[in-house]
Amino acid sequence: MKHLLSIEQLSRAEIEAILDRAESFAEVGRRDIKKVPTLRGRTVVSLFYESSTRTSSSFDLAAKRLSADLVSVKATGSSVEKGESLKDTVATLSAYDPAAIVIRHPYAGAAQMVAGWTAASVVNAGDGKHEHPSQALLDVYTLRRRLGSLEGARIWIVGDVLHSRVARSNLIAFTKMGAEVTVCGPPTLIPRGIEELGCEVSYSLDGIEEAEVVYALRMQRERMSESFVPSLREYAACFQIDSRRLHPRQLLMHPGPVNRGVELSGEAIDSPQSLIAEQVAAGLVVRMAILYELLAGGDAATPSAEGEGTQPTPIGTSA
Amino acid sequence: MSAQRELVTPSLRDQLDVRPGEDAHLVLRRATVIDPGSGIDSVHDVVIRDGRIAGLAAPGEADADGAEVVEAEGLHAFPAFFDPHVHLRTPGHEHKEDVETGTRAAAAGGYCGILAMANTQPPVSTAADVSALREQARAGASVPVGFLATVTKDMAGDELTEMVELREAGAIGFSDDGLPITDAGVMRRALQYQLLCGGNIALHEEDPRLSMGGAMHEGPVSAALGIGGIPSVSESTMVARDCALAAHEGARIHVQHLSAAESVESVRAAKAAGVRISAEASPHHLCLTDEEVRSLDPHTMKMNPPLREERDRQALIEGLRDGTVECIATDHAPHQPEEKDVPFEQAAFGVTGLETAFAALHTELVLPGAIDLGLLIERMAGGAEPFDLPRPTLAPGAEANVVLCDLDAEWTVGEDGYESRSANSWCAGRTLTGRVLMTVAAGQVAFRLRSFSLGVAS
Repeated sequence: MKHLLSIEQLSRAEIEAILDRAESFAEVGRRDIKKVPTLRGRTVVSLFYESSTRTSSSFDLAAKRLSADLVSVKATGSSVEKGESLKDTVATLSAYDPAAIVIRHPYAGAAQMVAGWTAASVVNAGDGKHEHPSQALLDVYTLRRRLGSLEGARIWIVGDVLHSRVARSNLIAFTKMGAEVTVCGPPTLIPRGIEELGCEVSYSLDGIEEAEVVYALRMQRERMSESFVPSLREYAACFQIDSRRLHPRQLLMHPGPVNRGVELSGEAIDSPQSLIAEQVAAGLVVRMAILYELLAGGDAATPSAEGEGTQPTPIGTSA
Repeated sequence: MSAQRELVTPSLRDQLDVRPGEDAHLVLRRATVIDPGSGIDSVHDVVIRDGRIAGLAAPGEADADGAEVVEAEGLHAFPAFFDPHVHLRTPGHEHKEDVETGTRAAAAGGYCGILAMANTQPPVSTAADVSALREQARAGASVPVGFLATVTKDMAGDELTEMVELREAGAIGFSDDGLPITDAGVMRRALQYQLLCGGNIALHEEDPRLSMGGAMHEGPVSAALGIGGIPSVSESTMVARDCALAAHEGARIHVQHLSAAESVESVRAAKAAGVRISAEASPHHLCLTDEEVRSLDPHTMKMNPPLREERDRQALIEGLRDGTVECIATDHAPHQPEEKDVPFEQAAFGVTGLETAFAALHTELVLPGAIDLGLLIERMAGGAEPFDLPRPTLAPGAEANVVLCDLDAEWTVGEDGYESRSANSWCAGRTLTGRVLMTVAAGQVAFRLRSFSLGVAS
């Protein structure tokens, strides 16, 4: 695999291979020295055109734990603010001969375009409302650890599906792993035709008790140029996941950051059913696995407990 | 030419502007001639003398009489095409296209006339703007060009332009193309005023409150890609509104670039009810669907109105067949790479089409049997009449507007570059079957394919 641009591009077997790799990195995280030399001498560029806490910090830390040299560029404070185009920025950063470019961008297809402009492997860390494949992988990883398998699991994705790349990537990933997915939200926030991706659509929470997993989405107020719901109060009244609506046997997930009191109540976030902290922890090992898969090759050996493992690939050769 | 002849056969050269050149003297020897308007579909020698169709002679029989003889056996001669919807980007965006490059592209596509849209920078809103453009066309246009002026001042959508004066300056018609006229009151007044000034009003139909800044057709593909959708109703509700207004005022409208099945239905119903309405469809809407947008390629697949679904495409084709859509218009919209080398949602709307329209439609619609060649030729030249311009014809005595094609030639679009200044062709990289070899426009040879060698008789 040269790039990770979408979940759509991955087969179930490829998803499982990345998750298996992530399991082995979880072990590395329990050591005193949480570092392996796999990507020693190679450069990873992280290029973020949108604000991010979890994705950018976990990709950065993942690259460091694999011993790569990391260059982090944020749109704010860089030449992007001076009007440099994406293409020119990528050309500039490609001059450092990076092994990988991790990019987040506010528009769909940005990562795919970047892949056409650079020799580096490209990781899509979120492109507009399109895809967020590493989020989907870490969510499948988290669920797989809890459920063993997603086969036949019923998962409800609730909230602002229209503006959510997480909803799209997760719907595709969950379905590929054998789960049955329902997307739920007010009709103004459900994209027309989404059912053709292989999900059920519900405009109310009626029937959510059937779900094993409730995946709540953030109300993306920053992406909303207009009012899609009459008020957040009414939204919360209809769609907020709270302790009354969350059945004790259901698992609760959310990609973060949470609008407390909007899509989730405080007690739901802090309940033992909530996997939100596990999702964040999974983010690190899954992103290590992604970089490993792209840069060290899918066939290379898993890093051993002694921290030796695979030889670093010489700089400049692409995986 | 004599005044009497002009009365008998109105010419594009009289009504539009073109660079003066030499009148063609040509014999197209043994060409397969198809002119549905004249009921011709057989092999002839086409004789062009003094820039006019002198007549059709039996194959091999025409006397060269000093004319250049083109050995056209196995080639096809049609009335040349007319495109009522081209963006020449002049003034203001000459880095994308200008009168010279845009009309060269038209000639290369087999067109003998085009109409240029007014959404330039600044927009064509005054008589002086029209006069300046006409001057440029007389200096550098390879094929006759007509200029539309805006309906509203600077396309702001609120005040009408001085439509009488614009007509007197030579504006062929009016359009705010690029933007809809959202205010129904303004639209109604424009239609009322048309009864005074004449000139068709060409309409870009879109309700921006329904498009909501979308970048592609709203449907399952936009849902999958997470790209904001432009729903079909954004177009069809406005088409229905303007059909009703035109009916109410007895005015005439031309609906541009139909894309949605519901819009075709509205136009069909309006025509049946006697509304004075004409409509066009673009080659890309006739050949492609929103499935192509999955590539997220902004160079070739981003335009407004957007590519819609297969049922819409089929409705447009049915519209061509039954005459609801009387003409094909390219909406040739050149852009430079920096406006397209950006993620899909950020890229400029529009693709070029003049150089490929015939070949693309021949390849995608005629060869698979969706429409026959005669119908394509008729619709390719159907854009003149809605603007009171003479339909290109091969009838004897007519101004020579002829295109010579090799229907078997395969070529890869973009391989030899473009006549247009811009390269955002939706056909880029596609292999098409059928190629324009030569175009005679307004009696002048406007284009010859470089590799097309001509046999000259002694």
